[in-house]
Amino acid sequence: MDTLYAVFVDPFAQMIDMPDFFLQVLWEGFVAGVLYALIALGFVLIFKASGVFNFAQGIMVVFAGLTLVGLHEKGVPAWLALILAIAVMGVLALAVERLVMRPLVNQPDIILLMSTIGLTYFLVGFGEFVFGGEPKQMITRELGLPTGSTAIEIGENGLLILQHIDIAAAAIALLMVAGLGIFFNKTRIGRALRAVADDHQAALSVGISLNQIWVIVWFAAGIVALATGIMWGARSDVSFALEIIALKALPVLILGGFTSIPGAIVGGLIIGIGEKLGEIYWGPLVGGGIESWLAYMIALIFLLFRPQGLFGERIIERV
Amino acid sequence: MSMLKLTTAAFAVALAAGVALPAQAEDSVYIQLPTYRTGPYAGSGIPIANGMHDYLTMLNERDGGINGVKINVDECETGYDTQKGVECYEQAKAKGTLVFNPWSTGITLQVIPKASVDKIPVLSMAYGLSAASQGDVFPWVFNPPMTYWDGASGIIKYIGEQEGGLDKLKGKKIGYIFLDAGYGREAIPLLEDLSKEYGFEMLQYPVAGKEMQNQSSQWLNVRRDKPDYMVMWGWGAMSPTAVKEATKIRYPMDKFIGVWWSGGEDDARAGGAAAKGYKTLNFNSVGPDKPALQDIKKLVVDAGKSQVDPAKFGENLYNRGVMNAVIMAEAIRVAQDKSGKTVINSEDMRVGLENLSIDAARLEAIGLPEFFSPMQISCKDHSGHTKMYVQEWDGENWKQVSDWFEPMSDKVEPLLAAAAEEYKTSNAPWPARAEACAN
Repeated sequence: MDTLYAVFVDPFAQMIDMPDFFLQVLWEGFVAGVLYALIALGFVLIFKASGVFNFAQGIMVVFAGLTLVGLHEKGVPAWLALILAIAVMGVLALAVERLVMRPLVNQPDIILLMSTIGLTYFLVGFGEFVFGGEPKQMITRELGLPTGSTAIEIGENGLLILQHIDIAAAAIALLMVAGLGIFFNKTRIGRALRAVADDHQAALSVGISLNQIWVIVWFAAGIVALATGIMWGARSDVSFALEIIALKALPVLILGGFTSIPGAIVGGLIIGIGEKLGEIYWGPLVGGGIESWLAYMIALIFLLFRPQGLFGERIIERV
Repeated sequence: MSMLKLTTAAFAVALAAGVALPAQAEDSVYIQLPTYRTGPYAGSGIPIANGMHDYLTMLNERDGGINGVKINVDECETGYDTQKGVECYEQAKAKGTLVFNPWSTGITLQVIPKASVDKIPVLSMAYGLSAASQGDVFPWVFNPPMTYWDGASGIIKYIGEQEGGLDKLKGKKIGYIFLDAGYGREAIPLLEDLSKEYGFEMLQYPVAGKEMQNQSSQWLNVRRDKPDYMVMWGWGAMSPTAVKEATKIRYPMDKFIGVWWSGGEDDARAGGAAAKGYKTLNFNSVGPDKPALQDIKKLVVDAGKSQVDPAKFGENLYNRGVMNAVIMAEAIRVAQDKSGKTVINSEDMRVGLENLSIDAARLEAIGLPEFFSPMQISCKDHSGHTKMYVQEWDGENWKQVSDWFEPMSDKVEPLLAAAAEEYKTSNAPWPARAEACAN
């Protein structure tokens, strides 16, 4: 009986008893979810256009962030460093297409996956060679991003603390999603990209350049990686430990579907909020520390009912 | 044989002789430095690696080594990964290292059983297995100047003083946020024991290695639980993130105390101005002013033989690396004296470590006055259990805010002895000490 109470009653009683804290948990989950969604977005962009699961997306986040901060440390003004960092991600996209993707056209998916693992190791080594292994502080102020926090009083003693950088992260993520949505649905290149995603050969037959599309999606994924690197770097530091956080995108992708941009967003929010609620209200029942696997549990539960993910395309193969 | 082949062979022989001859002509000893300049823990690993490397290089440059014997140093990158660390140990063994510094509790735990078989002393300076301070059980392992349990008892002692006495801890809540690995878990048995004895509640907040930069859940729990004090066992990217998260939830920073490994300048800097008041333990002085450090600056850093960023020269973890090298260098001197040889081996080095005594006069003589508390190692006590102090971040630098003080040895010693016995039992048949005591 006590166990049932602890699982089904007490957590909800706590939520009602401390509404400010409950809102804080929801907010932190929302912000974490937005950041997970940004990482997942990078995966989705490349998978959607080429069917490649880009294992290097995590290190691209670190590499983009390091490039920005590293250039600024070398005396480049912040906004110029940002433009140059975007340019570097463009060059990286070109190089990946020329040196990695193009020679592997028509190879099995597993080969392409392995090539992105190789790319990961290259970027780790190259990043450490150029910028060193030490963590770097994100140039939040220099980029004009907000710092500090706002405290909202709730009830008599309640307090909801909102970090300004978190608000900015949420706003930027939403803008990026909207921008990508317009890009995919309303522009010529976006339509070409969708055509490539649907059928490579059919797209080629109507004159769409596969190589050009790949450069565009890798570049778009690079810009998303830069945005993620800035936001996550502002919350902690830009360090190689960030690469591991990219693994958080896996349950988001399982949940949202590998090909859906809205799926990455909704999946990110479900995972972000779900793991925070789980860790805070149900974690203590098992000694805490459940956050690292709870995300996968949530994704697996959804998979039982929708194997293709929330927004993924159902694959029907006729035999 | 064609003329070309003959010439090539002659050249190869000449080249080999040219390389080998000076090495044979010159007395030298070899020390491998396992380091991590890459990966998630590089932020802590880099200054330590620089400090160790630069002090030994300075001895070579200034004095021609130790008593005329050069110290050959090379680094082995572990990435703080236990498997890679064990590979480094095997390489070090093959190359005849005098001593092995794992720089990771996980790696230390793996190499402890190997050390007595391979006869290579393991120096885990203020980390690793606390019970290894018991020299009669672990003759090949050394953990000066203090164990983690000394550190944990020191923090509780300091908190007790802030509250007006250890008896005032009854009913208090003390949170413990730690890297969920061998390192972070090492202090838990001692803290649990002290919590029972003094009646405080210990709340645990584990941080998984892959979640080091994603600690908002742990700090939400801290906000809900409202512990009176927070104690941190953080390393690498965990520490600066924890300091930032603590400022985010507006935790009173003067009630937040880290172990000595969470006291890098970069750890505190991450929290900005709001991190003022954050405290950590320390057992070495901070700053570049000691004469030996100035020698390093002149002969190594300014000469372009160091990887340290000049702006970070003399920072806390850099000096910690220097201290580790000082212990090795002084042990070599003792080993040379005890063995009567200048070119010693790892067995001599073990004797050197076991007879190590660095008093205030010796620190003065080597150009590091009051760099750390005098230490004395013996056959029975491989740690020394010396003194520590508390430092506070003022927004730009660390400031010492307590006198040097001893750990709660009366509490820690019996537990260390019991833990060593338990280790022996659970790793039976653990070899009985066969090495004679030369104290």
